[in-house]
This record gives sequence, structure tokens and C-alpha cells, in this order.
Amino acid sequence: MPHIEAVTCPVCGCLCDDIRLRIEAGKIVEVKNGCAMCESKFLGYCGEHRLSKPLIRKNGELVEVSLNEAVKKAAEILAEANYPLLYGWSSTSCEAIRIGLELAEEVGGVIDNTSTVCHGPSVLSIQDIGIPSCTLGQVRHRADLVIYWGCDPWSAHPRHIERYTSFSDGRFEKSEWKGYLSKTKALIVKKKIEKALKRVFARETPSLSPHVRREPPPTLFKEGRKMIVVDVRRTRSAETADYFIQVEPNRDYELLEALRLLVRDEELEVEEVAGVPVAYLEEVADLMIRCNFGALFFGLGLTMSRGKMRNIDAALSLIRDLNTRTKFTIMPMRGHFNVSGSDTVFTWQTGYPYAVDFSLCYPRYNPGETSAVDVLLRGETDASLIVASDPVSNFPRKAAEHLVKNPLIVIDPHVNATAQMGDVVIPSALVGVEVEGTAYRMDHVPLPLKKVVEPPEGLISDEEILRKILSEVRKIKAGKMEES
Amino acid sequence: MTSNQRLQAILITGRTIEQGVGKEKGKTSKEYLDGVAICHIDPADLKKLGIKGNVNVQISTIYGSVVVKAVESPRAPHAGIAYMPYGPWANAVIDPDTDSIGMPSLKGISAEIEPAGDKPVLSLTELLKSQFGKEPYAPH
Repeated sequence: MPHIEAVTCPVCGCLCDDIRLRIEAGKIVEVKNGCAMCESKFLGYCGEHRLSKPLIRKNGELVEVSLNEAVKKAAEILAEANYPLLYGWSSTSCEAIRIGLELAEEVGGVIDNTSTVCHGPSVLSIQDIGIPSCTLGQVRHRADLVIYWGCDPWSAHPRHIERYTSFSDGRFEKSEWKGYLSKTKALIVKKKIEKALKRVFARETPSLSPHVRREPPPTLFKEGRKMIVVDVRRTRSAETADYFIQVEPNRDYELLEALRLLVRDEELEVEEVAGVPVAYLEEVADLMIRCNFGALFFGLGLTMSRGKMRNIDAALSLIRDLNTRTKFTIMPMRGHFNVSGSDTVFTWQTGYPYAVDFSLCYPRYNPGETSAVDVLLRGETDASLIVASDPVSNFPRKAAEHLVKNPLIVIDPHVNATAQMGDVVIPSALVGVEVEGTAYRMDHVPLPLKKVVEPPEGLISDEEILRKILSEVRKIKAGKMEES
Repeated sequence: MTSNQRLQAILITGRTIEQGVGKEKGKTSKEYLDGVAICHIDPADLKKLGIKGNVNVQISTIYGSVVVKAVESPRAPHAGIAYMPYGPWANAVIDPDTDSIGMPSLKGISAEIEPAGDKPVLSLTELLKSQFGKEPYAPH
């Protein structure tokens, strides 16, 4: 019964590298240290939803074919296309992404990664303003104030709080786990009393939970690590926090700018901003200024709501302002396990992090023009290659319609909406489980992904499949050159 | 009980742990359907609609319409805000406009919610077929 230690989890941008797996008869049978998503991935990787054979759509239906036939068909589609889209990349290895970029250049297409629909606006804003950031190790050891804005780590990055922020035991700052446990126990007792009272007096709940109370609680000014959550609804992370600020939808920009003014000792001549009383904001601004090392993590609550990149401009500027008073850092909560790696490899190869257009034979970058959703909405692409992603699920319907209308090549280990709609579907081995690779954590620390079990027979890595397609495309192009 | 009520709400889409676990298990799994083809609605809003949780509702925006299961929000109070996990059901109704920066608007969209009556929640395969008119690959 071999155990494999220190496995990197290929699910979210946290890339937890302390996973312990037990392997029996070539299968993973136990996962230790992982979150629910990690367990679901490692225990369910080879289930019924796995693609096992290459498929090509013939007479409207996907039928099984050989790998060579699927690769040839994919290469023909790409070589013949005028303006193909090569999209996905954030859930595969850096090595595969590198080949993908080579292929995009060869076929003169537009290549984009999932940043375009998650932290694309953050990237644009960082290019404008800059980012005072650090590694997660620094946050773990030093941060005494952690703010999560427009993100719900409890749901999307379940071990972020435990490994890197409030519940981690750092060198200079201790874990707040015990305090959280006692707070939770007290809440449970309170809820039980409230229910009992309700039964006895048969009336509505007598009081609101303290988490709904909007003023900063006295515990916010305690010693030790403090955690604030800003969101439009009371997420699970908000329940974990010392203070929850409920901002009105689409008004994050105003709240961030109000905090900027307060941090600069300006006065606000209104009673409340975005549904939050200014008196409370003053206390929060004071807390931010007085902390020794603050860290603000932000999510798609900022990048996807009204203002988009301008919200990030405000957040980055707030941190810049705070750095004139204390030490403060900021970091986007990257979703897919290698979305930071996609940006990094794209930049290293082309000079730009996403939305790179090779149609003029040199890389051009103009998000809004060369980004995946825009080229699809304008109906410009005439074929697509999707690697390790599911845009038919995740893109707005109108964009997905154009994707499905044209020849669609999919490389993915699993059946998903895009694979179901594909014209050529090539199953791949799962990176981080069945094949090795490299991925970048959300703080841009590269980590090795391990091979822990053998892939199912006949399945090869994304990188190898892409190499085969690239070589086939080059053969077709060389043949055409000879003909002409 | 008034079951023909309509509710104006702001639609937010986002992550839930059930969606995360479901997507890792498999997009055609029951876990994914149960975790994603839903809409969290505030208890006060459910009252306005004249329904209880676990009833199908139709979410409509100017971009499209979809039937999902209404779930009494575990994250209340957020009256006037409806929350859907990311996925093909939510993407049937979100705003595709990228404001010229590549990012569609997936949060803060005006939506109308009404009880769906007998209309069923479509499975992923059924939804794809109805949206794109192309035969989806059915693994099993």
C-alpha cells in the first residue's frame, strides 16, 4: 500500500502541495489533507465521466476513431482555417501551453486563456498601475490583517484561509482557528436558544445573528490576525470573518474610493457609501492604517461587476495609498490551478499575458478586440481548438453559439459541454495525476505536478497531443508549399 | 397562494463548493446538475413569489431565459439579489457585453424571476441540444 507524499493538487490556484495519497492496485484510494474539490478530483479522476477514445463527428454523431485519424482531422481543420481560436490552457501544464503557442503562431490564429473571463481586467489594471504583491508565504508568516474582497475562498479556494492566512500558524502571526471555533460554538448555542424561544413563544426569531450586525465589533480591535470580508452576500467566508461588510451590488468602486479618501485623512460628506455607513468605514480605514502587514485578496466580485478593470484600478490604488502609511499587499485569487502559469508562459513566449493574435504573423494584444469572447461575438473565427477548458459552459450563450457553429476541436480528459458539442474530441491523460508538468500558484511560485498513477491505455498528455497536431499541421503546410 | 407573481432581482453568478465538487466529479454528473442548475433566492423573495424552496423557477433577462430549481438561500439576507452558480444554465441568461475589455458581465444583471409551473429543469445534454441544435455526445 504505497503512500505518495507532498503531491500538488491540480484543482485551484492555491496549488496545495501537501496532499498525501494512498495508492492500491494502481488506483488512488485515499486522499489526506485535501479539500472537497481535491478529493473529488483524485478519487473520481477515472470515473464514468472520463473520455477514453478519440471521437470525430460523422453524419452529425460523434464516433470512435484512432488517435492518428483524430490528430490528422484536427490538423486539417486548423491548417485550413483563416482565423482559428485556440482557447483554454489554464488547466494544463506550462509545457503544453508552450506547444499551444507555437501552434497558434503556425496557424496564424488567436490564442487566449481563461484569464479573459476571470482576472483579465485585473491584468489590464496591473499593467496600468502596478501591483505591490508578495508570495503567500509572506502572508502566512506576517499578515495581521487579511481582507477578502469580492471572493469566497471557503467555496472557491477552500484551503486558502487555512494554509496562507487567518487559520495558518505563521512565524510571527498565530492561527485564529481556536478563536473561530469558540465563536462558532457560541453561535450554535445562541441559535439553539433562539429556536427554543421561538418554539415557546411561537413568534419570529427574536434577534439577528451577530454577523448581520453592520457595525465593526469590538473584537475587530483585538490582538492577532484579523479578517474582513467585503461581499454582496453573506458568504461562508463572511461567516468566518471578524467583520463582514455587505456592499450593494455594482458599487464596489465607490466603496474602494471612499476608503482611499479615508486612508488619506480626507473627510466624506455623506452618511453612507454603497450601503455602508461612513462611520464604520472610518473604523475600517483606521484598522488598515494601524496594521503591521495587511493583505488584500480580491476575486471576480470586482472583475465581473460594473466597472470591471476600474474596480481593480481603485483596489490597487487603495493599496498604493496604504503603503505610504504601513505595509500592505494585494493579490488576485486566481481560479484554475495553472491560470497564473498560462499568463506567465504567454508573456514569456509572446510578450503578452492573454488574448494574443497571430493573424499578422507577429503577436498582437488588444483585449476587447483579440479576446476570445469578442472574436466569437463578432463571428470572426472559423474554427476552434479548446484545450482543458469548457467554454460552451462558461461563455455567454451568444459567444458559445459561434463556437459550436464552426469546426470545434476539443482536447480534454473529461466529458464536458464543449466535448459534447465537439467535432473532433481527443482524450488526454490528466496532468498532475497521470502525467507530470509544471504549474504556477496564484502568487507566481512554480510548483511541480506529480505523476501518481499510470494513465488509462492509449491516453497521452496534452503536450504530446499538441506536438502531434503541430507536426501534422507543418506537414500539410509544407505539402501546400510544394504544390504551389 | 399566488403562484403567478414575478420578481425583479439583480442576478449574481459565482462559485459554490457544490459547483466545485460537481465539476471535478464530472460535468454530466448528477452532483453537477444538482449543484449548478439552481438559483439561491432570499426567503423574503420566495414569499413574494408565493413559492417555497425546491420549486422550479424561470429566470429571464434580456439575453435569454432558463428554468432552474429555486433554493432558499443559505446566505440570506440578500433580498432582491438572486445567486446562480457558474455554469451553462447561468450563462444562458448573462450579459455577453465585454465593455471592450474581453470580460462579459457575469454579475449584477437585471433579471425577472417567476415560478416555472410544469416546466422542467433541462439536463446538460438536453440544454445543449435546445440551445445549439447540434447532437450532443452522450457518453452513456
